[in-house]
Amino acid sequence: MSAIILFLAVLAVIAGWWLSQQRLTAKPWLEEGPIGDFPGGDAMTWPAAKVGLGVFLAVASVLFVLFISAYSMRMDVADWRALPVPRLLWFNTGVLVLSSVALQWSYVAARRDDAEGVMIGLLAGGAAAVIFLGGQLLAWQQLGAAGYFVASNPANSFFYLLTAVHGLHLTGGLVALGRTTTKMWRGAGIADMRLSVELCAIYWHFLLLVWLVLLGLLTGWTDDFVNICRQLLS
Amino acid sequence: MVDVPYDGITGIPPAEVPEVELYHPKSWWTRYVFSQDAKVIAIQYSLTASAIGLVALVLSWLMRLQLGFPGTFSFIDANQYLQFITMHGMIMVIYLLTALFLGGFGNYLIPLMVGARDMVFPYVNMLSYWIYLLAVLVLASTFFVPGGPTGAGWTLYPPQAILSGTPGQDWGIILMMSSLILFIIGFTMGGLNYVVTVLQARTRGMTLMRLPLTVWGIFTATVMALLAFPALFVASVMLLLDRLLGTSFFMPSLVEMGTLSKYGGGSPLLFQHLFWFFGHPEVYIVALPAFGIVSDLISTHARKNIFGYRMMVWAIVAIGALSFIVWAHHMYVSGMFPQFGYFFATTTLIIAIPTAIKVYNWVLTLWRGDIHLRVPMLFALGFIITFVNGGLTGLFLGNVVVDVPLSDTMFVVAHFHMVMGVAPIMVVLGAIYHWYPKVTGRMLNDVLGKFHFWVTFLGAYLIFFPMHYLGLLGVPRRYFELGDTSFIPPSAHSLNAFISVVALTVGFSQMVFLFNLAWSLFKGEASGGNPWQATTLEWQTPETPPGHGNWGKELPVVYRWAYDYSVPGAAEDFIPQNQPPRATQLVQGAAS
Repeated sequence: MSAIILFLAVLAVIAGWWLSQQRLTAKPWLEEGPIGDFPGGDAMTWPAAKVGLGVFLAVASVLFVLFISAYSMRMDVADWRALPVPRLLWFNTGVLVLSSVALQWSYVAARRDDAEGVMIGLLAGGAAAVIFLGGQLLAWQQLGAAGYFVASNPANSFFYLLTAVHGLHLTGGLVALGRTTTKMWRGAGIADMRLSVELCAIYWHFLLLVWLVLLGLLTGWTDDFVNICRQLLS
Repeated sequence: MVDVPYDGITGIPPAEVPEVELYHPKSWWTRYVFSQDAKVIAIQYSLTASAIGLVALVLSWLMRLQLGFPGTFSFIDANQYLQFITMHGMIMVIYLLTALFLGGFGNYLIPLMVGARDMVFPYVNMLSYWIYLLAVLVLASTFFVPGGPTGAGWTLYPPQAILSGTPGQDWGIILMMSSLILFIIGFTMGGLNYVVTVLQARTRGMTLMRLPLTVWGIFTATVMALLAFPALFVASVMLLLDRLLGTSFFMPSLVEMGTLSKYGGGSPLLFQHLFWFFGHPEVYIVALPAFGIVSDLISTHARKNIFGYRMMVWAIVAIGALSFIVWAHHMYVSGMFPQFGYFFATTTLIIAIPTAIKVYNWVLTLWRGDIHLRVPMLFALGFIITFVNGGLTGLFLGNVVVDVPLSDTMFVVAHFHMVMGVAPIMVVLGAIYHWYPKVTGRMLNDVLGKFHFWVTFLGAYLIFFPMHYLGLLGVPRRYFELGDTSFIPPSAHSLNAFISVVALTVGFSQMVFLFNLAWSLFKGEASGGNPWQATTLEWQTPETPPGHGNWGKELPVVYRWAYDYSVPGAAEDFIPQNQPPRATQLVQGAAS
């Protein structure tokens, strides 16, 4: 459970920093008066949807970190046999990077009021994400064909589980991306769409980051790091 | 998201909201069924939670019938008994209390108390309720599937949870896990709303330190739930895979029915870590909203400002943070590395400090207050006493050496029922008596209310106090019958019968409450907008019950904190949060 504790500590630092900006030491019973007299307590200036996405990303991170915690604890048991990582995953990773880049492109275009650029970015990002998901399914099929079934070893089980959870998050993202693209297609003003495009891009970067961490875990690159973490708290 | 009733780009609610920006229901269906109005969603949540809670109440009667009069009721067998305790626990903790405090009270009170027109993502909020309803239906369906609901205990520990021999091994456990997964998805949708609404949709002047403690409690509990429920999600998904696909995340190699099972190498302890990483924060997810609400009830009905508001806020935040590092105190006897126990015992005892601060502050708020013993106040006082009782036995169980002999005895049952069963339910009931006039525009009947309080309060003590004694004798929990055991004297059996009689009485007295709810809806005395003369914003709405959009044309502006009761020199003994400062101060403000 050390991974999740460390991660929550990071969240606690962020929350503590935010709370420290909120004048929690104020004496509200003395502060009678109109707004403006007591600065620092109003709502954030970010749009609500962006804050909502931020909170959701925190929740999703906790979910992935908990899976990673479980992974690192289960890894310790003697029956763990790491499975060979299909080469296809490198291709998939590349495609996911491209997808993220395309959405970033789209976001930059949105800031420059370039509707065509936004559309190209959205479509390219979406297509790349679909290819990534297809590639992941193909990787499953290859593993299955090679005899690495989901229940034959815990390492296999975790491989299928983690890729599935990541894929489902990406699928959810595709729904939002689809909605944004449709609105754009129907000719929504670019000023109205800028926020949606930005949120899609943020979510894609988040999923790319999660994927890179998972890839490190599944390929065994981070084993040493996991061991260090484990020794830290025991 | 386009329906968000304020300027989403700058995040600062304008003083007047053009009517077109509000989401408007267009038909009966979207007004009362597929409604996106947080107040309707709150009532839907509350009714659904109460309905499934009644099922759990009936289950507790069946358990008490068996425990009090073993062998008398042929329709209860050992398997069913295990199914009853499992479903009773699971429903009460998750589907009733969590849903009612956050989905019910959270939805109703957050927008009104912070001065918003609605939640920030009304559509997601609606989805949250419907997924919750689906989770409840999936859960309830387990009573009708072959093999019945799971009897694994509400903690669902593997390996026994998914092995043959545990009732509900076929469908019960699968549907239980599915229902939990749905619940968590639905809750996350609601939770995002509650958090972002508190962060973003507060009206002008509503600084964090002017929030009523109810909002602080629900807000902090929601943040905790958003971070803790994923642990249950992970545990449920992995256990479901163990059951369905034969993976070995949690399942060790073992012999099942004389044959070596397909499982091997899994760690049951891993499940317990994940489960309690959710399970302990869950206690405070239920307790913190109760703490917040009870603070407001006490302050309002004692006509006195809450003692140590800042300390109350800090304590809520501190409890929220600390509750994430105490989980393994549920696992002292699980076989984990024993020295861990001392670390977790220490953190457990540390969490008693902010909790005790809160209790002191409630008592000091009462001190020399103008106490009105109205029904909400009675329940609030009942809560303080019950919570202190349950908390003190928690200190026993938090210590490793005391916990080991008391583990899995009725002492534990008595402890957690006092601290997270009776105490939060006292707050729920008090809160219903308190806010019912705002929801319906009518008062609940006072005589029935007082009857309901005294039977519930005294009854709860008659039920759970003797259980401590049974536990000290060594009477185990979760046992279908005790049989002839040398260390359990005959008096323990008669005590069990006594507890059962009281439990049935208290259970039936809740019907009086239900009758009161229904009767008062039509025949209750009209309440007016602010029957308790309270300061917080929800009592200052232009209409009662609050109309769609809550505030009429203009959002309220907040000038003061939520606890200006009995202010010296003020004309009345309360000053609403949206009442501008007195004229003299306005003049001073203009001059400076």
